[in-house]
Amino acid sequence: MSLVDLANPSRFLKFANRALPWLGGVTVIAFAFGLNQAMGAPDDYQQGATVKIMFLHVPSAWLGMLAWGIMSIAALGTLVWRHPLADVAAKAAAPIGAAFTLLCLVTGSLWGRPEWGTYWVWDARLTSELVLFLLYLGVIALWRTVEDPSRAARAAAILTLVGAVDLPIIKFSVDWWNTLHQGASVFRLGGSTIYPTILMPLLVMAVAFTLLFVTLHIAAMRNEILRRRVRTLRLMQAQATS
Amino acid sequence: MEAINHLPFIVGAYAAAFVVIAGLIAWVMLDFRTQRRALADLEMRGVTRRSAVERPQRPMAEAEEKV
Repeated sequence: MSLVDLANPSRFLKFANRALPWLGGVTVIAFAFGLNQAMGAPDDYQQGATVKIMFLHVPSAWLGMLAWGIMSIAALGTLVWRHPLADVAAKAAAPIGAAFTLLCLVTGSLWGRPEWGTYWVWDARLTSELVLFLLYLGVIALWRTVEDPSRAARAAAILTLVGAVDLPIIKFSVDWWNTLHQGASVFRLGGSTIYPTILMPLLVMAVAFTLLFVTLHIAAMRNEILRRRVRTLRLMQAQATS
Repeated sequence: MEAINHLPFIVGAYAAAFVVIAGLIAWVMLDFRTQRRALADLEMRGVTRRSAVERPQRPMAEAEEKV
C-alpha cells in the first residue's frame, strides 16, 4: 500500500485499524526499554540525579516542535492541494503537540528549580516555547470556533503557517541570544557533547516518545474521520426529515 | 544526599509525564468509542453511507462525503 493509496479516508481507516495494535505494542516495548535505560543511567557530573528529567524534557520538546512541523506541512496540503486528509492530520496533531509542549514546560520548570534556583525565567528559549504552547491553544480554539470543518481548516492552516515562524526561533534562540538555557548539545556540528551513558537512554526515550506520537496521531486521525462521517450522516438525516 | 534532595522534582516530572500521556491515551480511546457509538446509532436508524449499502435510499444517494 503506497502513501497515495492512504490518501483515501476509507483506506486510511483500514490501515489504522491494522497498524494501531502493532504500533501500540512496539511503543510499550520501546518505553519499557527506554525507562530501564533511563533509571540505570549514571548521575551527571554537573546536574546530578536531575539529569533523569532530561529523558522526558528533551523528547517532549522535540515532539512539540515536530507536531507543529507536521501541522505546517498539512496546512500546505490544505491550502495548496486541498488534500482530503491534510486538515484531518493537522487537527489531530494539535492537541497531541500541545500536550507534549506543556510536558516540556512542566518538566523544564521542575528541572530548573534545583539547577537554576527558579521554576521560570523569561529566557528566549523558554519564552518561545511558551509562545508555541499558546499557538497550539489558539489553533485548537479556532478549530472549535468554526463549525464548518473545511472553513475551520483554512483558517487554522493560515494560523499554523504563521506560527511556524516560531520553530526556528525556538531552535536558534540559544544561539541568537544570551540565554540561561543551555545551547544545542545533541544535534550540533562537531557531534554531541553528551557522554554516551546519558546520550543512549536519551535517544531511546526519544524513539519511544516518537512512536507514541505516531500511534496517538494515527488514532486521533481515525477518530476525526469517524467524527466527520457522523457529522455528514447527521446532516443527511436532518435533510431527510425536514 | 543530592539525589534525595532532588527526588521530589524527579518524581514530579515523571508523574507529570504519566498524567499527560495517560490523559492523551484516554482521550483518544474515549473519543473513538464515542464516534463508533454515534455511527452505530445512526446505522441502527437506517442512516448509512452510500458506499455502505447495496441499494441506497434516496437521502443516502445525495450524500457526498467530504472525508
